[in-house]
This record gives sequence, structure tokens and C-alpha cells, in this order.
Amino acid sequence: MARYIIKRILQALPLLIVISLICFMLIQLAPFDVIDTIAKPDMAPEVKEALKAKYGLDQPAYIQYIRWLRQMVSGNLGYSIVTHQSVAFDLAARIPNTILLILPSYLLALAISIVLGLAAGSKRGGRADKIIDTLCSIGMATPTFWIAMMLVYVFGYKFGIFPILGMHTLGQDNSLPDLLMHLILPTVVLTIGDLPGTVRFVRSSTISQYTEDYVMVQKAFGAGRAEILFRHVVKNVLLPVITLVGMSLPRLITGAFITESIFSWPGVGTYFITAIRSFDYPVIMSVMFFSSVMVILGNLLADICYCLVDPRIQAMR
Amino acid sequence: MAMLSKRRIRQMRTELKYNKGIIVAISFLLIIALLSVFAFLSPYDPDALDMLHKLEGPSAAHWFGTDDLGRDYLTRILYGGRISLLVGVVSMLISTFIGVTIGTAAGYFGGIIDNLLMRVVDILSSIPWMVLVTVVSIFLKPGLQAIILVIGLFTWMSIARLVRAETLSVKEREYVLYAKAMDQSNIFIILRHIIPSVLPTIIISATSDIANAIMIESSLSFLGLGVQQPMSSWGSMLNRAQSVLGKAPYMALIPGLMIIFTVFSFNKLGDLIRVFVEPKAIEK
Repeated sequence: MARYIIKRILQALPLLIVISLICFMLIQLAPFDVIDTIAKPDMAPEVKEALKAKYGLDQPAYIQYIRWLRQMVSGNLGYSIVTHQSVAFDLAARIPNTILLILPSYLLALAISIVLGLAAGSKRGGRADKIIDTLCSIGMATPTFWIAMMLVYVFGYKFGIFPILGMHTLGQDNSLPDLLMHLILPTVVLTIGDLPGTVRFVRSSTISQYTEDYVMVQKAFGAGRAEILFRHVVKNVLLPVITLVGMSLPRLITGAFITESIFSWPGVGTYFITAIRSFDYPVIMSVMFFSSVMVILGNLLADICYCLVDPRIQAMR
Repeated sequence: MAMLSKRRIRQMRTELKYNKGIIVAISFLLIIALLSVFAFLSPYDPDALDMLHKLEGPSAAHWFGTDDLGRDYLTRILYGGRISLLVGVVSMLISTFIGVTIGTAAGYFGGIIDNLLMRVVDILSSIPWMVLVTVVSIFLKPGLQAIILVIGLFTWMSIARLVRAETLSVKEREYVLYAKAMDQSNIFIILRHIIPSVLPTIIISATSDIANAIMIESSLSFLGLGVQQPMSSWGSMLNRAQSVLGKAPYMALIPGLMIIFTVFSFNKLGDLIRVFVEPKAIEK
């Protein structure tokens, strides 16, 4: 098994390197000069040249790349063109906000999905299954930002129950109830947005479990529906869910771009969208680099977890 | 062959009989396609401003009301549908073309070519699509062509994977082996034997691709990164509606419902096509 894990890590490495190369190339291609993020516009050309030499920007591309990669890995992500702030510093301030939004809604969606998916899949073609499946089809076709707008209208404008902007009401920066009130609407939106795909996944996984021989054997031995479902099927359905959780790792950064921007939630999403609109390349590339790294790590993690949990895979390798 | 197609048609009939949703979906798509083609028949100009009648709710004169500049909202919805459908269909064509080319090439030639092409697919799939598409869109001048290109050029990975997997099994069939033994050219074999055999897969994923492209377009336009004013799609109409949400909720409600119905209908259409081209999958 250790061999399998090492093999998977070795496969992931070149992918990481290529991704970093692509990000670096895009920065080079982008119509801006890195020196502008450090220098001020009124500096003399000679000073700019000196700065360029200082930061190694006059070196050939491959040396710059190695330098850039080393900086990225050590957490120095460069400076924003627009605000001249450290990107790493800004991101560090925003990632917790995004996680605060994503994590509860993701866990909530996962729990609801497992229940609904099992309920639908265990009685395929039944009434509950049909209703859940139709709702999923509609949900798949619904843009999350539209759900967000409808909720904002009903609960924000019409009834004025929940605040619709930001994380805190002005002057109540440390009030927990205030923060919770701000959290509710975006969390509901993200949960609804996650549900259809995850329910479908659990449902089809449940359906395929019911075609397995062990279910037939249990039935032959006279096991009840509940016994088969809870003692045998659930375990096997939850296995592939682990993969799903692993693959959702990058969501901790990129999961709520649009929802954040609707609610002006001060997370990575609004940061990224603002950067895109103002062509703030260092910020854009940092987010791109880190979210891609998260995707690769998430897939790696999912595979490793799956391998640890499912003895059949260990036996295969 | 005749037997087979008879069975397929019979199955399609039963499916239509028991699944009324599909009929509704197809009629909706037909109506919306016709309406957006004949949108110019509307008595209103989609860009004509009328500041005296702005933000009016639905009425007899303006069925869907007017927007914040007094433009007739129904007319704008129809023209918006034109753009949304156009983006959906054209970018589907681009991504299907690339996906099928890459997928068949990888599956058919195997070896290094397969390895290389699939690594490209892996790399592109590693970048979250939202990030990938937005990053690429800043390198292009925003607008209709840019958004079609961006969606078309960066959403072909799943279709390539599907087509490759199918090609791998198709290329071992006897008629392909025979064609190879007859020394027919690779291009000819791919066009004549491989692609027709994987066509069902291609058509199914192409249908869901349209739905996908419409969703992506609406998200991008909603963020202001898609089609630019004065042109509008359902997504950019939602973007505009956001600023007057408190006063004119119908401006947000209607384009959203249009997106939902359209995407839902394309997905249903995909299900129906699946019944037709994969009768075995249904019989299970």
C-alpha cells in the first residue's frame, strides 16, 4: 500500500510542476511588468532598473521561474498591482472567512444528501425517489446566484429578517449573533447549490449497491429492508463519498466565488473577482496557482483515503 | 438494423408516454428557439429607452414589465435568449469538435500520443473551471466571441475522456481490425468507423454540453465578465437586476426561470436521446 501511495504522489508531482509553469507563463504573457508592482510610477528609469536587478527581473526566464516558484512555495506571493499590498497577507486574511462560509454549508449539504440519496436509492422508482430525483433535475438547472437573489429579495428586502451584505453590521464587529445572522443566507444558498449533485451521487451509488450479490444473499436469509440498508448498504455507499469529500477540498478556496460576490462576503471569491475586474495579475495567478494545487492535493488525498479504507484496493496493488 | 431501430422507436414512444416532462421540455425548447429567432416581430425595440415608464411591473402593454431604463422586458428576454442559446450551441460545437478529435486520437493511436493528450486533459481539469475560464477571459477582449471561445476551448475535457474510453473498445472490433488489415489510412478509419460508433456518446454529451455552456455563460455574464452592454444575455440581465432587486424583483425572477427551464429541457432532451441510442441501458 505504501508503494501505491508513493506512486500516486510521484504522479501528482509533474502535474504540480506543469501547473506552476502555466501560471508563470500566464504572468509573463499578461500585459504588465512585474516591476510595476514594486516601483512607483514617478520613479526614475535608473531606479527602476536597479530595482529590477535587485529582484532578479533582468535574469533569463528559467531563473526567474525557479525564483518565482521558490517564493510561491515559501509563501511570498508578490504584491498587488492595484493596492501594492502583499497578496499572501490579503489571502491569509480572507481564507478563514471563506472557510467559515463553505465548511458548515458543505457538511450540512453532505449530511442531507446522504439521507436523501439513501432514501431515494433504496426504493428506486418509488414516490420519494421520483420527487427527490425531479427536485435534483430542477436543482441542477438552477443557477446558485439566482437562488441567492431570490432569497435576498424575500428575506432581505421584503421581510428584512436577515442582513444581505458583508460579515458584520457596522460597529458590531465582535458580536457573534450578528455574524451568525450574516452567515445564514449565504450558507443556505451554498447548501442548496451543493445538494443536487451530491444527492444524485449518493443515489446512484446506492442503486448500484442494491444490484450486488450480497444484498441478494441477505434477502435470501430473510433480512429485513432496514437491516440490509443500515447494516450493509450504508457502509458501501459511504466509501465513494470519501472520494467526493477529497475532491471537494479546493472548494475551501474557490467554492463560493459567486455567492460571496452577491453577499459581498469578504472572502477569497470577492478578492478574486475584484482582481479580475481590475486586471490585478499577481492576485489572479496566486489564486489560480493555489486552487489548482488544492485540486491536485484533494484528488491525491481522496485516492489515499480510499485506499486506506477499502481493503480491496490494497489487495489489488 | 431495421428491427433494432423499430425497437428504439417503440422505446422512445413508451418513454414519451410515461414521461410527460419530456414532451413539455421539447415543446419549451422549440417555442423558445422560435421566439428568439422571430424576436424582431416584437412591437418594441429592445434598446428603445422610455424613461417615463421605467421599472413598471408586468402590465397589458408590457407583459414582463419594463427595466430600469424603460425598455420592454419581454422583448429583452427574447433577445437575451438569442444570445444565451447562441453561446450554448456554438460553444458546444467547438468543445465537441475538440473533444472528439482529442478523444479519438488518444484512444485510437494509444501509446505516447494517448499519454500526452490525456496529461493535457488532466492539467486542464486540475484548474477549477471558474478560475480557468475567468483567467482566460481577461486575455481576450470581453464580448460575445470571447465568451463563446472561452467556453468552447476549455470545456471539452469530459467529452474527450468519454470518447477516448469508447474508442479504446471500438478499435478492437473486427471491422476496424479488418479495415486496418486492408491498409486503409488512419484518418479514414477514424472518420468512417470509429466516430460513427461513438456517435451516441457524442450526441448525449453534446446535449448536456449546451446546458452546461448556458450555465457557465450566465455565471460569467452575471459577474460582468461575459457579454457586454448593450448586448445582453439572461445572465447579464440578472446582473443588471441585482442593483434594482428591491424595487423590481420580476427583473430577477424572469431571466432566472428562463435559464432553469432551458437548461432543464436540454437535460431532459439528453435523457430522451439516451433512450434512443442506448436501448440496452434502459432495459436494465
